[in-house]
Amino acid sequence: MAVVFEKPKSMADVTLHYCPGCTHGIIHRLVCEVIDEMGIEGDTIGVCPVGCSVMAYDYFNCDMIEAAHGRAPAVATGVKRTNPDKYVFTYQGDGDLAAIGTAETVHAATRGENIVVIFVNNTTYGMTGGQMAPTTLPGQVTQTTPYGRDPKLMGYPVRVCEMLATLAGTALAQRVAVNSVPHIREAKKAIRKAFENQRDKKGFSIVEILSTCPTNWGLSPIDALKRLEDEMIPYYPLGVFKDENAFPEKEGE
Amino acid sequence: MERNLMKGNEALAEAAIRAGCKCFFGYPITPQTEISAYLAKRFQAAGGVFLQAESEIAAINMVLGAASTGVRAMTSSSSPGISLKSEGISYIAGSDLPCVIINVQRGGPGLGGIQPSQADYWQATKALGHGDFQLLVFAPNSVQEMVDAVIKAFDLADEYRMPAMILADGLLGQMMEPVTFPEISSKPVEKPWATNGHGNKREHNIINSLFLQPDVLEKSVTDRFKRYDEIKEKYAEAELYKTEDAEIVVTAYGATSRVAKSAVNMAREQGIKAGLIRPVTLWPFPVKQYQKTAETAERFLCVEMSMGQMIDDVKLAINCSKPVEFYGRTGGVIPKPSEILDEIKKYAGGVK
Repeated sequence: MAVVFEKPKSMADVTLHYCPGCTHGIIHRLVCEVIDEMGIEGDTIGVCPVGCSVMAYDYFNCDMIEAAHGRAPAVATGVKRTNPDKYVFTYQGDGDLAAIGTAETVHAATRGENIVVIFVNNTTYGMTGGQMAPTTLPGQVTQTTPYGRDPKLMGYPVRVCEMLATLAGTALAQRVAVNSVPHIREAKKAIRKAFENQRDKKGFSIVEILSTCPTNWGLSPIDALKRLEDEMIPYYPLGVFKDENAFPEKEGE
Repeated sequence: MERNLMKGNEALAEAAIRAGCKCFFGYPITPQTEISAYLAKRFQAAGGVFLQAESEIAAINMVLGAASTGVRAMTSSSSPGISLKSEGISYIAGSDLPCVIINVQRGGPGLGGIQPSQADYWQATKALGHGDFQLLVFAPNSVQEMVDAVIKAFDLADEYRMPAMILADGLLGQMMEPVTFPEISSKPVEKPWATNGHGNKREHNIINSLFLQPDVLEKSVTDRFKRYDEIKEKYAEAELYKTEDAEIVVTAYGATSRVAKSAVNMAREQGIKAGLIRPVTLWPFPVKQYQKTAETAERFLCVEMSMGQMIDDVKLAINCSKPVEFYGRTGGVIPKPSEILDEIKKYAGGVK
């Protein structure tokens, strides 16, 4: 019998700890599928964040490093600079990447660090129980915005891809989502492109993935997918914000 | 062997390269900037990695990343910058990673000053980040010892999979002295734990300091402390100077120990039986050497460029069996030999 669907080889055969309906599992799988298709598991080093994916080191079969909160791009820089021929990716949530780790993110991008950043945006701090994230939408109720996020008091959400697209070192800044089959297919293509950019030494590649958190949003998994479509995508439009070689003079070397 | 006249910071940087350091991640801060400048120049020529990070926090985490892949990695800073690195140092210790961290101390607290200081003793030996852990801490007192300490720090860090610190000060960093670079005899240490890509030849490696099960976390810490016990036994080092018959034993480390030695010599010329015990390693603290000295000494005088931080360890080492007096200058003020001599005379009962 022909096998038409199986678990990616670079994904560990363990039970994930994520909540029912959480889209981390889909995103893990997409990353692993790309690693498998490119045949790079043995040459890949992943860096996990602090947050819901803090234990992702148990879910990927490539070598993995656990970083402090927000520091994954710096850790990845240390790995990549000393191992330029290896593939290095970070897997980070919105609090990790866009709040406590903003400096590390922006500077890795502006240096054109030749790494892949998988940025999971679910508009909340999931692991700590649903507090306001830098990406929490205006009006969104969280543990620390019990009356809804008021931009006059709490500021505005950060559009990370738009911000990083302004930096010369950024090769790819693309926002995708995982709330429907077409979106998931698009997300995989973006992840593939990011890893290929790294192979081709094009610079910093970030794929922002709009993700759900049914538990902390207080929604069923289906309603959470709907919220992503109806509320997140209008604020965080999907698309490619930058796609170019950050170091074109290196071409043909 | 060739002798070179070199600035402390530059000699330290050159020693790192000769010890097999492959990368340096740092952030500018006085009075250690020559280390960065020297390595920026040398690493570009020698094929190493030099990267000026966006912050001290990023720099130490870049060290964590590089060290995770098994290469010898270093960062350097001065007091306020070391405070920023403390998070990363705790993670490095918790992940059992080797690296070398330089602290060319300046006056504090806060922004403090830029003149030499020893006010980070507590930080280096007791409180460099959250959690139960230690760093190897070397306290050189000359440019030559800076070189020797860096080489030893890399070797022991690798052997015990832990961070090592060179606790220097602005005086040692900025002074020029003749120095020779020893032949490096150490062999590269095998690092089967490194996360440098498994190449489909082994199981995947994980570098991590997270252990959510209390008993598992406890074991990781107690295993580390067993290694610390071995280090305490084997590597605690001190220099003893004229202590055999000394009634008053001055104790100081780093640059201050050289001022103290001058004061001891001046006291001897005046017929006072003075000696000096100088810890070369601050962690492990040379407890046995202090205990031996305490058998004959009547009194200790601890001299530091701080308000008195090492003095606690001196008292503990000798179980308070003899009085331990203190003299210190702080904020970047370097004690003069005459000041220390006056203190020696005070406790030795004047000139005999």
